Amino acid sequence: MNVTVLGLCGALLVGIGVFAFLWQRHLLRRVLAFNVIGSGIFLYLGAAGARGGAADPVPHALIITGIVVALSASALAVALVLAHLHASSATRLPEDEP
Amino acid sequence: MSLILPLLAAVPLLGAIAAVLAPRAGKGIGLGVAIVLLAALAVLVGGLNTPVVLPLGGWEPPLGIALRVDGLAAAFLGLAAVVMTGVLIAAPYRGAGREAAAFWPLALLLWGALNAIFLSRDLFNLYVGLELLTLAAVALAALSGSAGALAAAIRYMVFALMGSLLFLLGVALTYAAHGALDLAALPGRNPQPTDALAAGLMTAGLLVKTALFPFHAWLAPAHSGAPAPASAMLSALVPKASFYILLRLWFEALPDLGRPGFLWLMGALGTAAILYGGVMALRQARLKLVIAYSTVAQIGYLFLVFPLAGGGGAAQPWAAGAWTGVVFHALAHGLAKAAMFLCAGLWLAAAGNDRIEALRGAARATPMAVFAFALAAISLMGLPPSGGFTAKYLMVTSAFAAGAPYWALGPLLGGLLAAAYLYRPIAAAFAPVEPELRPVPRGQQAVPLALALGAIVLGLASAPPFDLLQIGRPEAAARGVE
Amino acid sequence: MTLAFDLVLCAMIVGAAICAAVAGTIFAAAVFFIVYGIFVSLAWLRLDAFDVALAEAAMGAGLTGILLLRALGRMPASEDRPGPALAPALAGAGLALALGWAFLALPESAGLGPVVRNAAPGAGAENPVTAVLLAFRAWDTLLETIVLLAALLGVWALSRDEAWGLPPGLPQRVRPDGVLAGFGRILPPIGAVVGVYLVWAGTSRPGGAFQGGTVLAAVALLVSMAGLAQAPRVTSGALRLVLVAGPLVFLGMAFIGAVLSLWQPGAAFLALPEAHAKSLILGIELMLTLSIAVTLAALVAGPPEDRA
Repeated sequence: MNVTVLGLCGALLVGIGVFAFLWQRHLLRRVLAFNVIGSGIFLYLGAAGARGGAADPVPHALIITGIVVALSASALAVALVLAHLHASSATRLPEDEP
Repeated sequence: MSLILPLLAAVPLLGAIAAVLAPRAGKGIGLGVAIVLLAALAVLVGGLNTPVVLPLGGWEPPLGIALRVDGLAAAFLGLAAVVMTGVLIAAPYRGAGREAAAFWPLALLLWGALNAIFLSRDLFNLYVGLELLTLAAVALAALSGSAGALAAAIRYMVFALMGSLLFLLGVALTYAAHGALDLAALPGRNPQPTDALAAGLMTAGLLVKTALFPFHAWLAPAHSGAPAPASAMLSALVPKASFYILLRLWFEALPDLGRPGFLWLMGALGTAAILYGGVMALRQARLKLVIAYSTVAQIGYLFLVFPLAGGGGAAQPWAAGAWTGVVFHALAHGLAKAAMFLCAGLWLAAAGNDRIEALRGAARATPMAVFAFALAAISLMGLPPSGGFTAKYLMVTSAFAAGAPYWALGPLLGGLLAAAYLYRPIAAAFAPVEPELRPVPRGQQAVPLALALGAIVLGLASAPPFDLLQIGRPEAAARGVE
Repeated sequence: MTLAFDLVLCAMIVGAAICAAVAGTIFAAAVFFIVYGIFVSLAWLRLDAFDVALAEAAMGAGLTGILLLRALGRMPASEDRPGPALAPALAGAGLALALGWAFLALPESAGLGPVVRNAAPGAGAENPVTAVLLAFRAWDTLLETIVLLAALLGVWALSRDEAWGLPPGLPQRVRPDGVLAGFGRILPPIGAVVGVYLVWAGTSRPGGAFQGGTVLAAVALLVSMAGLAQAPRVTSGALRLVLVAGPLVFLGMAFIGAVLSLWQPGAAFLALPEAHAKSLILGIELMLTLSIAVTLAALVAGPPEDRA
């Protein structure tokens, strides 16, 4: 039962993150939304793996790998956003400028 | 074989590490990696009669991860090796400056990611491979540092991250339902109501990463804004990796989930991509954008595999032919597209810009490069005797044999569109005027020529690759996905 | 009682996520995101996933939060108008509903837990998560350390040509008697001990190369920000050797297995000899920790820059 609550919470986080990723235009906010989606997926997977009583270690290992991958992607994305800001004084993509 | 597969997986990564340590020796290291991998592939293909499986660390799935090579994997490993070898020979980066210090290790990491994907049978491992591929590709797309290239790289990243997350979500749901990540374990699974959602999420993510219309918006600016050797890798190889996973997913892991509506949708989007990409390519004034939009169109052909081979059975006597034809298309497009981008890079350096008018008279100044471009164009148009022709012949024949001639419309109209958009640069190159191009050494023109010849040889000598692809060909490629 | 606790925790997580998604300023969004990450690591504790809780707190909330805040500090306060909300809201709600339904429709547990726990002692690590990371799915872990390296190469490639060859990040200017310099002297030894302990403990208890590496990365960042030590240049051979040492040792060990397998049954690519598995895993983990720590610190510091 408790695990179900956390699994549904993960599903909700994915939804919130997807909403923010598509809605926001500022690129840093989209990086942030990407991370919310990621942690939502991880929580969903971890909760699914914990339903049998004893926790399944495989999802835990996958999630640790996933967290490192997400951090790597975020770091490259943030550096791209800053370089783009220096080159064009913009915090959004050209097609999203008002 | 217990040494060949690890070599294919690890040597590009070791090369990348060496290039991080010794940036000045980047080119030498890259060529060393190319020699080792070409030799390993020659041994592999020579001895491949049945699929080879290697459980890593001796841990069999579902606990561990297994690498596997069949004809399909060998063909894509070979494509990556040939194109990467050409790109590494052609890349002009020298010294230990910013661009050289980034290019060589990133190119080798991209190669390592491709090989990891082509060898892997594990859904989560494929996710990690895709992420490595994406980060290397995005970094290469941004390499020039111009505002346009940076915006293109960010757009690429936004799409790619969304695609990764959708794929990861599908992988998570698959593990939650079946406790398995190995592709070979999924056909025998106990079907669950969540399977369709998981497959849909993975497929959607891979479509975004493959840039199938209407998820194509990122492709043309990113591929045309990158330096030419990077464009060649990004256009010829990177979208093939996510398409390759789609092929494995639908024809090997989950063929039972196919539905006529899904197959039809994939075919319709593919046809739309062929027409849209062709029309957009026709409207571009810059050569690199023409070539990049051509990739949008050529990716469309790949998705005809779903309606043509997916229906299968008695309705589609040529299904296996269509499956093989689509793989041929991926290979021929990879070779031809790499040749074209390398030519475009030579002309960009020689003319100072990549407008099509700047090519006037190029046939006199750079005859080998123009010949290479024309050969690559023959394959993209699907004219005999090229690999592109073999591919299109197999696809169109299977469309008529299946009584669904409308699936032949894309390949036939797409060929005409390709002829139209490729005619413009070729006509400019043959214009009878004194060229305003700086001279280009013949050695540099030889690389795209070799790649373009490869696309032609794929058609002239199509029997050996055809036979290779039949090794371990998934049953569903003949029986259908349903 | 515990159900009530979980409900409250989930409400707090979802509330923080919504605030991070819709907050009026980006600064507020970043702060809510860090709070959110801490709540999520509490949820991992509720799931008995101590390794994940550590990783989420250190990397998900900590380093990602610092990354966002540092980037914000470099940006002009710009007007921040999102696009139309209807289609994103429908997409988000639709996906959340589909996933929620799927969670309830999943069959009873189908995981690999028992299989892993049986095989873990033979793989050289009693902590089953470490066994999965460094034995059963070592190929994932190897690729993941390469992903970190790829990201760093990509970040460095974004420096301006004029700044190439400088140390990562902005030049640091710190008052020697300031608070930061004081913290910078006290915290690093403590952090270093905690980081190394996490790696050492990781083979039998929660912890491991990634968690330990993150703590050490924080130490390195603090030392550099406090001006106690100058970060090495991005072209430095020593720095580059440390960056690749972990993946290199990992790949090297993997390869020895592949070569041995030619004449020795039982040996394989990425297999560790069972007799020495435990010490080899610890050795690989220590090398990985070093590389991970330096890579993470350099990733957060960003490309070399020659101007503020």
